[in-house]
Amino acid sequence: MNDLVGVYTIWLRDLIRFWRDKSRIIGSIAQPTLFLFVLGTGLSSGFSKAFGGARQGASILGGKDYITFMYPGIIGMTILFTSIFSAVSIIWDREFGFLKEVLVAPISRWSVAIGKALGGSTIAMIQGSIMLVFAPFVGVKLTPLIIVELFPLMFLIAFAMTSTGIVVAARMKSMEGFQVIMNFILMPMFFLSGAMFPLRGLPEWLDLLVKINPLSYGVDIMRYVVIGVNTYPVGRDLAVISAFSVVMIVLAVVQFGKQE
Amino acid sequence: MSDNGAIIHVREITKRFGDVEAVKGITFDVEKGELFGFLGPNGAGKTTTINILCTLLKPTSGTAVLNGFDVTAKPNDVRRSIGLVFQDPSLDDRLTAWENLQFHALVYGVPTEERLGRIENVLKMVELYERRNDAVKTFSGGMKRRLEIARGLLHYPKVLFLDEPTLGLDPQTRSHIWEYIHELKKREGTTVFLTTHYMDEAENCGRIAIIDHGKIVALDTPDNLKDKVGGDVITVKTDDDGAAKRLIEERYKLEAAVDPHGVSFKVKGGEEFIPSFVKDFERKILSISLRRPTLEDVFLSLTGRAIRDEESGAKDQMRVAAKAWTRRR
Repeated sequence: MNDLVGVYTIWLRDLIRFWRDKSRIIGSIAQPTLFLFVLGTGLSSGFSKAFGGARQGASILGGKDYITFMYPGIIGMTILFTSIFSAVSIIWDREFGFLKEVLVAPISRWSVAIGKALGGSTIAMIQGSIMLVFAPFVGVKLTPLIIVELFPLMFLIAFAMTSTGIVVAARMKSMEGFQVIMNFILMPMFFLSGAMFPLRGLPEWLDLLVKINPLSYGVDIMRYVVIGVNTYPVGRDLAVISAFSVVMIVLAVVQFGKQE
Repeated sequence: MSDNGAIIHVREITKRFGDVEAVKGITFDVEKGELFGFLGPNGAGKTTTINILCTLLKPTSGTAVLNGFDVTAKPNDVRRSIGLVFQDPSLDDRLTAWENLQFHALVYGVPTEERLGRIENVLKMVELYERRNDAVKTFSGGMKRRLEIARGLLHYPKVLFLDEPTLGLDPQTRSHIWEYIHELKKREGTTVFLTTHYMDEAENCGRIAIIDHGKIVALDTPDNLKDKVGGDVITVKTDDDGAAKRLIEERYKLEAAVDPHGVSFKVKGGEEFIPSFVKDFERKILSISLRRPTLEDVFLSLTGRAIRDEESGAKDQMRVAAKAWTRRR
């Protein structure tokens, strides 16, 4: 019982901190917005010229404009970044001492890890939802059904990513480790997820890397829900991302429980 | 295990970190309602012991029982029985004072109907009620420490651990915090387990344990500890301190030392000793002074180091440097 209160309290704290930190909210929207409108618009017009007309270029993109194609990927990117950053706040908490207050509290370690995972997922889902306001500008028509499907989906992907972040951050002792996370987890996961390019007809090595990246399946199903384009069967997408969530949250709980 | 009303029983606790044995089998009891001082030089095993008692570390061997709960078998019950004020701040400085306490009350399972009243009470006690809705990051060091003490009391702990509660605070705030501690002891009968670098603060303790190289080297009341040092310190200034030293050592079989202030030696019952000493002494006495030994003397004679000596091992220094380095970023 008290453990459930613990989960709730850790979750609530993350949300309060998120809400209070307006600059962080704006900052984490600014980056994907830049990607979407500058990179998206630039590449859109570049592609249509290179392929000698928008129609032909669009066929690889499932009959969509590049910026439309990229849009679900950018939502995925927002979720990925927000999730990992939320999880990594464990390192901050350790550095600034608050983690100690949490660790000596009479709640079990698993409830702390799960509260943290739920907190990060909720925040990432909110951030992802904010990105939905750009839909009309990139030629996407959101129906109520799409939105209803998107919320649990965003939450699931965010949960998987936050848990991954916790696994890495749980026993990391210093801020230096943060750069490592950026360079070896965040960026490769983002680039190899198909958020920015179509997954058909890739060279074999790249195809392999994309396929072992769990986020690829998350982006794929997001793209299916938002614009009706997908590379893998939807069932496989869901299965992979769900299984990955379960494995990662279990690892997160184990890793978090080990620390002294 | 003898049940003599002790709230903390520690029996033969050891803790190893790889090859290093940080705590080498310590045994002590802390009585209910006691103000217990735990002193030792840096790296003596103080923090390790506290971390074991508050369930942050598991002992390699030995048992520790707190409020009737074994620290390894029943960590959550132990945690609910103790309040902690750490050496380093452990508040969430983005949250307000009120929210920090609210968080604590929730995870410690303070009953809902009592929560608001208790938060209000502890905030008023440390005089932070007016600032309750301000973010902690706007607080001074002293205010943060006061808030942490308030937080440590919120769940009515049986034992309050204060790890260097006044470190780095100005004298006024220090005495303020001590007023709270005394009031708390009087009103709630809370047992207080304290570490400090300030010897004048250690004087407040009912009993003091001194730990060095992972072992308890002394455990007694401050007065008894001082008596054990070998009595009062007498310092005599004469026209020839070297000769005076030899004379004292021959006649009284006491160990004397010469320093710029004169010749110093220790003797039991110094007040009674001085008159006869002055009468019999052959050299000309320029001045004579008597000083009761302080806890600082006790500490020095037991550990060979002043408590604030920073001549810690190379490893410690590296750790401090590394800490400072990561802080800076």
